[in-house]
Amino acid sequence: MATVATPMKKLLNDPAEVVRESLAGLAAAHGDLVRYDAEAQILVRAATADKVGLVSGGGSGHEPMHGGFVGIGMLDAACPGEVFTSPVPEQMLAATKAVDAGKGVVHIVKNYTGDVMNFKLAAEDALDEGIDVESVLIDDDVAVQDSLYTAGRRGVGATVLAEKIAGAAAERGDDLAAVAGLARRVNEKARSYGVALSSCIPPAAGAPIFDLPEGEMEVGIGIHGEPGRERRPLGSAAEIAELMIEAVVSDLEPADGAAVLPFVNGMGGTPQLELYLLYGEIDRRLRERGLRPERRLVGSYITSLEMAGASLTLLELDDELTTLWDAPVHTPALRWGA
Amino acid sequence: MRTTTIHAWMTTIAESVKAQRDYLTQLDAAIGDGDHGVNMDRGFDAVGKALAAQDGAVPPGKLLTLAGKTLVSTVGGASGPLWGTAFRRAGRTLGDADEFDGHDLLAALRAALEGVVELGAAQPGDKTMVDALGPAIDSLAGSLDAGEPLDRALAAATAAAEEGARATVPLQARKGRASYLGERSIGHQDPGATSAALIMAALQRAVERES
Repeated sequence: MATVATPMKKLLNDPAEVVRESLAGLAAAHGDLVRYDAEAQILVRAATADKVGLVSGGGSGHEPMHGGFVGIGMLDAACPGEVFTSPVPEQMLAATKAVDAGKGVVHIVKNYTGDVMNFKLAAEDALDEGIDVESVLIDDDVAVQDSLYTAGRRGVGATVLAEKIAGAAAERGDDLAAVAGLARRVNEKARSYGVALSSCIPPAAGAPIFDLPEGEMEVGIGIHGEPGRERRPLGSAAEIAELMIEAVVSDLEPADGAAVLPFVNGMGGTPQLELYLLYGEIDRRLRERGLRPERRLVGSYITSLEMAGASLTLLELDDELTTLWDAPVHTPALRWGA
Repeated sequence: MRTTTIHAWMTTIAESVKAQRDYLTQLDAAIGDGDHGVNMDRGFDAVGKALAAQDGAVPPGKLLTLAGKTLVSTVGGASGPLWGTAFRRAGRTLGDADEFDGHDLLAALRAALEGVVELGAAQPGDKTMVDALGPAIDSLAGSLDAGEPLDRALAAATAAAEEGARATVPLQARKGRASYLGERSIGHQDPGATSAALIMAALQRAVERES
């Protein structure tokens, strides 16, 4: 695809083994929090808990999602697929069985055709084994407009917020329906929009997925390196902030004066320096619109390998969501209060 | 046709998927995420290994079911469940019989397509594998009804699948990841329809080799 050959410089041994070797490294770094089951190809919380289980999964290449969110107050297990490829039902079934404490298991599924199909097959298998599974579909990406003629809106940034909030609900002892209900509420109250400044290079392909010339940006991108809705001249941070806010606010239609949580997410190749700059623009503009940013998250949490760019997820808060957001969390990638 | 036909079919798919791996990946990079060739190659490699471990007495239907299960557990993405379901349904249709004829094959392919449509909800014209499989099955049914010999019927079905894959170029994707591109998906051949045509061509060659 690329008209200019970009040499691939990556820290790899064998591109075919990148996911397994990275998972082993994650477990080596955070053995107090997560355990890597290499045979089942899943990451499981080290300390088991007597509560509703929370499982998510998806293609790799979005780190720290999902493996980095396994731990106390968030996910109980993560099923990583190959890079940008959904995991398979056997992994999801193994994860579901590993975390089931008899109180049922919630599957958090991003709305991508592959993830949805594989989780559907896994949920049927789990049911056959006597485990109650509630599947929650995350589809917060407003860039996909016409649902009738697409696979529907993609699941992006709201996934991180749903995993945190549902994880806190499970940790405090909520039952299966309540935990799933809270994850769904997060999805209903959150919208996202992303912009890419460069493509990414999947290790197996060894070349950029698309070619983005100097001075241009892709707007309305997803998280798999797929091109966005359209290409535009590269804007300033202020212009990009306005574009993102307009896209999410006009779709979410939050109440006047609503408390909100803006989540400014880096796509993997954009430094924190720029993310905070973007956050400053977004925070100010939200206040000008009469919204109150009462909580926030700024950092690269749901990425697309080394893609440069950012996404904004806006969550309209209520008291319960705020309380659950503030609850202690201790995972490799997210930690406070614990 | 018998157990050896299925072995030959799967071996031929594995060979052509490997040979076309970069081409499939290139098609997918244009409107998807550039991993279709790699995923299909991994899956049919695993199918080859799984089938090689079976003794010659396993009936054709059971082999297809095993191929389907192997694809579900190794491919991932959308192709894994879709092709996995297709081969499992085809296998179930052939049942425990030691041999099958053209009409059995047609019934198996129809069941495969039904499974794909059930799981993926794709309609003809959505720019998916259905656009290659559907015309291939219609062609096979027409040829068999007209009393054509199986090898000629399969040659025509393969041509219909290839034509169907080519005909996805001007279509706008309505399913899968390509659908996110909207009108920008127009002008590219669908990778799923392309591999469906490869799988039909492999079937034709496997049957030809047997006869």
